[in-house]
Amino acid sequence: MKLFRKCIACAAVLLSATLFFEMSSVKTVQAQQKIIILATTTSTQDSGLLDVLIPVFEKKTGYFVKTIAVGSGQAMAMGRKGEADVLLVHSPDAEKKFMAESLGISRRLVMHNDFIIIGPGNDPAGLKGVKSSAEAFKRIAASGSLFMSRGDNSGTHSKEKAIWKSAGINPEGRKWYQQTGLGMGQTLNVSAEKKAYTLADRGTYLALKKSLGLGILVEGDADLLNIYSVIEINPGKWPKVNAQGAKSFADFMVSTEVQGIIGKFGVEKYGSPLFFPDAGKKEESLGR
Amino acid sequence: MDIIIEGIKQAFILIFTLDPEVMGITWLSLKISGTATIISMVLGVSTGTAVALTRFPGRRIVISLINTGMGLPPVVVGLFVTVFLWRNGPLGFLEILYTPASIILAQAVIATPIVMGISLAAMQNLPPGLRLQILALGATRIQMVWMLIKEARLPLLSAIMAGFGGVISEVGASIMVGGNIKGYTRVLTTATVMETGKGNFDIAMALGIILLVLAFIINSILTYVQQRERPR
Amino acid sequence: MTIERPILEARNLQVLRGGVPVLAIPELTINERQVLSLIGPNGAGKSTLLLALTCLIQPSMGNIFFRGQRITSHHDAFSYRRKLAMVFQEPLLFDTTVFENVAAGLKIRGMKKHEYCHAVEKSLDRFGISHLTSRSAVKLSGGEAQRTSLARAFALEPEIIFLDEPFSSLDPPTRSSLIDDLERILRETKTTAVITTHDQMEAMRLSDQIAVMDRGKILQTGIPSEIMNNPVDECVAAFVGMETALAGDVIRSYDGSFIVSVSGREVEAVGTAAPGDSVICFVRPENVTITTGGSGDATSARNRFPGKITRVTPAGLFHKIHLDCGFPLVAYITNISVENLSLVPGKDVTASFKATGVHVIKK
Repeated sequence: MKLFRKCIACAAVLLSATLFFEMSSVKTVQAQQKIIILATTTSTQDSGLLDVLIPVFEKKTGYFVKTIAVGSGQAMAMGRKGEADVLLVHSPDAEKKFMAESLGISRRLVMHNDFIIIGPGNDPAGLKGVKSSAEAFKRIAASGSLFMSRGDNSGTHSKEKAIWKSAGINPEGRKWYQQTGLGMGQTLNVSAEKKAYTLADRGTYLALKKSLGLGILVEGDADLLNIYSVIEINPGKWPKVNAQGAKSFADFMVSTEVQGIIGKFGVEKYGSPLFFPDAGKKEESLGR
Repeated sequence: MDIIIEGIKQAFILIFTLDPEVMGITWLSLKISGTATIISMVLGVSTGTAVALTRFPGRRIVISLINTGMGLPPVVVGLFVTVFLWRNGPLGFLEILYTPASIILAQAVIATPIVMGISLAAMQNLPPGLRLQILALGATRIQMVWMLIKEARLPLLSAIMAGFGGVISEVGASIMVGGNIKGYTRVLTTATVMETGKGNFDIAMALGIILLVLAFIINSILTYVQQRERPR
Repeated sequence: MTIERPILEARNLQVLRGGVPVLAIPELTINERQVLSLIGPNGAGKSTLLLALTCLIQPSMGNIFFRGQRITSHHDAFSYRRKLAMVFQEPLLFDTTVFENVAAGLKIRGMKKHEYCHAVEKSLDRFGISHLTSRSAVKLSGGEAQRTSLARAFALEPEIIFLDEPFSSLDPPTRSSLIDDLERILRETKTTAVITTHDQMEAMRLSDQIAVMDRGKILQTGIPSEIMNNPVDECVAAFVGMETALAGDVIRSYDGSFIVSVSGREVEAVGTAAPGDSVICFVRPENVTITTGGSGDATSARNRFPGKITRVTPAGLFHKIHLDCGFPLVAYITNISVENLSLVPGKDVTASFKATGVHVIKK
């Protein structure tokens, strides 16, 4: 009996407390119509950059940013359906197509880092010293060494597919070619476990480096640039899109202040920056 | 091995120093899953009791549906709730996607059939003559239902615990409808997935250990209930 | 001492289950302060009749009158149920203390603790379970649990109490001590009671009136001795323990007695019958005496038959002896006599019973 009464009492207290909490937090945020849904890639979240930038933005503008970290592919799909207000993605080819369909109203360059090809220390495909990414992929295929692909239509996956294309190889269905369907961090973990090669963005790699035991084998190729842009979704297509918030966030990302933060992010922890600020530059000029 | 030992050590440090991030995520999880469980308790216990105590055409079908619902895959629930809550979806006007409310909704959808099914079984397991005995003692119908619920209080508690255990450890729906937004919809399971992805195994393990402790508490209660004898 | 005033009446009561009548009671009257036993085999409809009498099931047809008032609405049934109490075969206790269990009915009536405390203690004391007051009902033995259930019913001081096979799930010693107590308490409280049982001994001890039921019908109602000694038909006779049933024809009749031929033997019975009548003679096993040795002893018993013991089965306080005297005969013999006379199967004995101990039903 006593147990039962206590349980009911606890439940009642919890219920009222929780409802109060829900009411207060949800109401205040929604009443002002100050929510921005940012669809972005796992790499920006996993590197920790957004954890630094978002609070600054929220404090400055009073907006509440809901960061939905998915692959670039899914992020753009959300934008396509008007389920996000602003995108921070890194799939230039797909982004251009997206803009051509006038799904977005503006696309601005924010920053870049680069992709690197990493692999196990014994390097069975002999990639060390190779400069060209296409050449490196050819060697992986030729030696039949295990390669882990994200396989999730993310920016990294798109980049990887582009490199396979320029190497003239279709890896789909090969025994040595496996798809994880996971984010960058987890794909790196899987590659480390299986001693496989993979294509990764430098930021995530640096963040995880200590636990991986995989080394950088190919870097510096102009093809390996990883370019991030911010896209505002076209409110003409989707009236519910928070265009003002999206513009505010995009402006924030290319502002001098934020560009400065981006340039310094990660220096303290990894000895080198994870991202290079690019606001106002031309895409073609990068990596030259 | 190093990484495991180091990870576990760090995890305990994070727990025992009451790391604000870990504690925040835990508290948020408890609030969200607790609210979802309370909603499922209200709906599940009442409906389960009603179905157990009444006879109506189509009752067997209803019971089959409830039992099927007990095994609803969380990701499927997550998918449907997301689609319904999209801005441009049928329930978009609620504007609750990527909020704690949406996770509560999805988790309540997952937990309600669990609570309902176990409550139904609990009420059906009471001695068949008990209803008549209570009525013969001069009880009104409402008094009778309340006394039956009191008699089945331990199995009902286990129903609620099973519902809570189901949702606190669920990741698929929470990440889909909640979006894993820091300090807002980031719960134990989604944070564990993300921290693992980020390589922060210490935080991931701390969260994992907290989940294990919660699971242990829930199972202890369930075991206690199951081991207890019924009155003659 | 029975005051002949009806407290509960049933008229034209019928209960259908799946379209088949399982209970058909044209008329049943229970008088105030009367203890009525409903006896009959399993499935006779005793429990169904109790449920109908307590308005716990809705009869398909018929009416219940409580103190002359017809119960028509749900509300009538509800206020009627607040005046009765019922005990089932299973104790059906709540998962709480013995005290709380006994208080349950009073709490349902909205009484406060200081109001019901005394009644609960009195009832616990009556059934000799005061020492169990704060024990959990989950941990009681079968007898203790059933005592708690009875105490819960009597705590309500009901105007009428219904007991549905209250002792049938108890072992014999527990059962007999509980029957003693119940008999005493019923007498003390002068409560009107309706008890179902399939044990005629139980019924004999507890009741003023017995109604024998089979297949949903009441076959005979009467005071215990009447039922025991004058069963209206074979079915009642078999049920009230007339184990020996001998079919035969009347061959001679005298003034006040007659002779029936049973398998070539002559059985004398008291009563009037014409030669040629087909009858069944019932002999109660407790009325049969067994002697060993010669048959020359002088005795007043008119019926004496030499025979052989075929089977001896212990039945608690006595043994049940099956005999073959040219016809089958059953006798109940005390354990001491069985030992002294060394009654074993195969032994030649003489069985005797009085002509007045033969109950005859004409076919």
